Amino acid sequence: MTHTLTPTADLGTDIEDVARLLTPDGERIADPELDRWIADVDAAALRSLYRDMVLLRRIDVEGVALQRQGQLGLWPPCQGQEATQIGTARALRADDFAFPSYRETGVVYARGGKPSDFVLAWRGEEHSTYDPYELNTATQQIIIGAQSLHAVGYAMGIQRDGTDQVSVAYFGDGASSQGDVNEAMVFASSFGAPVVFVCTNNQWAISEPVALQAKAPIAGRAPGFGIPSMRVDGNDVLACLAAMRWALDHARSGKGPAFIEAVTYRMGPHTTSDDPTRYRDKDEVEKWRRRDPISRVEALLRVRGEFDDAFVASVGTDADALAASVREAAMAAQTRSPITVFDNVYAEPHSGIDEQREWFGAYLDGFASTDPSAPAPEV
Amino acid sequence: MVQLTMAKAINEGLRRAMADDDRVLVMGEDIGKLGGVFRITDGLQSEFGAQRVVDTPLAEAGIMGTAVGLAFRGYRPVVEIQFDGFVYPAFDQIVCQVAKLHYRTRGNVTMPITIRIPWAGGVGAAEHHSESPEAYFVHTSGLRVVAVSNPQDAYVMLRQAIASNDPVVYFEPKRLYHSKGEVDLDLHLADAPPMGLARVARPGTDVTLLTYGAQVATAMDAATAAEDDGVSIEVIDLRSISPVDYRTVTASVRKTGRVVVTHEAAREAGVGAELIASVTERCFNYLEAAPQRVTGHDIPYPPAKLEKHHLPDLDRILDAVDRVMDRPNSLTGVREQ
Repeated sequence: MTHTLTPTADLGTDIEDVARLLTPDGERIADPELDRWIADVDAAALRSLYRDMVLLRRIDVEGVALQRQGQLGLWPPCQGQEATQIGTARALRADDFAFPSYRETGVVYARGGKPSDFVLAWRGEEHSTYDPYELNTATQQIIIGAQSLHAVGYAMGIQRDGTDQVSVAYFGDGASSQGDVNEAMVFASSFGAPVVFVCTNNQWAISEPVALQAKAPIAGRAPGFGIPSMRVDGNDVLACLAAMRWALDHARSGKGPAFIEAVTYRMGPHTTSDDPTRYRDKDEVEKWRRRDPISRVEALLRVRGEFDDAFVASVGTDADALAASVREAAMAAQTRSPITVFDNVYAEPHSGIDEQREWFGAYLDGFASTDPSAPAPEV
Repeated sequence: MVQLTMAKAINEGLRRAMADDDRVLVMGEDIGKLGGVFRITDGLQSEFGAQRVVDTPLAEAGIMGTAVGLAFRGYRPVVEIQFDGFVYPAFDQIVCQVAKLHYRTRGNVTMPITIRIPWAGGVGAAEHHSESPEAYFVHTSGLRVVAVSNPQDAYVMLRQAIASNDPVVYFEPKRLYHSKGEVDLDLHLADAPPMGLARVARPGTDVTLLTYGAQVATAMDAATAAEDDGVSIEVIDLRSISPVDYRTVTASVRKTGRVVVTHEAAREAGVGAELIASVTERCFNYLEAAPQRVTGHDIPYPPAKLEKHHLPDLDRILDAVDRVMDRPNSLTGVREQ
């Protein structure tokens, strides 16, 4: 018996040390703890998860292409993370509330985001498009980890309203170093708030490897805050779905917060402005390519005889149509008029903003009066 | 009308706001059983319960970030930052989230959060307990910033801040907590002067003296002293320092032609700099003298035994008044560099 508490660092950041229901080869393996959470997932449900992941990847491919063609200013690819995003988000109830980060395209998709919701912010037309209360999903957060506190505060509101909704904080391995995330866990634990933390450990925070953020598994931190956690294969959509259902049930039933670390990989760059060849090996990327989240579901569906030509064709058609509408949403975007930059700075009239809007309006009108046929000035 | 200390007026403002609207809740460190280190929340937890008067963990970013989440959910959180110098850990949440979410969401999400900050010096406190950080917030679009100078304003403007659908940083001067004044607790908010309106605290004809917070009392003393010297000072209590009520300010300056601004906060890029720039833009042709600032020095807040040399006192204000009046008895003269 020693008085010294020692870290269980031996667990390390081994990507194999995860809960898993589907191997990279598509073999379904039994897990007594997780199986019961997906007992209802039949062939149709599995196909539906597959379809969502394929469509998400298609949105992502389209986003990169649109950026390369100059239609978007930036795009943060999520290729490789489809199982984490679809598996966890599909476990939510419509009235649960998600707080995603900028890379959680799949969460917004799963919550009902429209094609324009994926591209207009990255095109620079808006900071965000959808109404958070329509999707029960907050605006995608850019400040690393800040939304984790919002999720906890929202959950504190749920407690006060006495409903059985759950709030979800999505963040990454880089964010796990942020004070906000750690404070979020303190607040959530102390108040027993119904919130689920989903840490997408995609191994890289731009150029910084997860080993710089964490010497021990990130999931191992949560118990230190008094929060139960699970470390799952983030490329296994069944494990992500099962773990998320466990976590949501835990929070929904009044037991307080739960934490999931989904171990996955960011196959692409941090954003289209990044060059990952400067900091990571091709071999590592290739290793993860063999763990692809979509192909392993395809393998399982094939073994079960559910991957027929008609299904493949229908997913392909859906993906093509979605990609076309994403492209159309970007190309058809109309930049709003310059004077609207003053809209919504405040919810109520504000003398300072009103005065500046008036001045800027008169300034813009001055161009118009010089040459009425001239296009609106670039300002 | 009742006689109340400013502390009690704020307490009463919180109580009535909570009684009127069950979406209002108060959160902060030590605000429950203790009633806050200044007792501003005294008795509120026993009256409204721990779900509405929330003792939080000791993490200001956590307090502010969870307040954002509560606002997302439709609540109207009133956050107490224990001391002015403790607000900085919450700065990111205030600037990037509280101030910008309404804009970011195109008006879909409002942030009706009131951030109460016991503020400024003159109470002999330890380091980090006497700061005047208001300029940081004034510079941040999306926030409203007010500073109160008397119990009546403290009560009404707190109620207005809580009722506002915009986030409001509400500065309450610590050294006035125990000063008393008449308060009309039954004043309907609709009948009270709007939060953004400045108040002519003392009419005058020679010099416009702009100030806010505890410094209003010092300015009033200076005006009384100047009157003995034959100088008529118009003291304007700005009340709101973002936005500033330039209608009231410019009307005064066009009348007097001379401007002095005084605040405890440091000079460089402070509220006084903005006020003078704006007044100069708007009233240049009316000015008889270069506007003057009377502020705290550009130093970290000094040790308590030296704070009286930092705080802009009556004599320093009168010295600036002499400068704008071009009177020979100015100790320092007009600085030209």
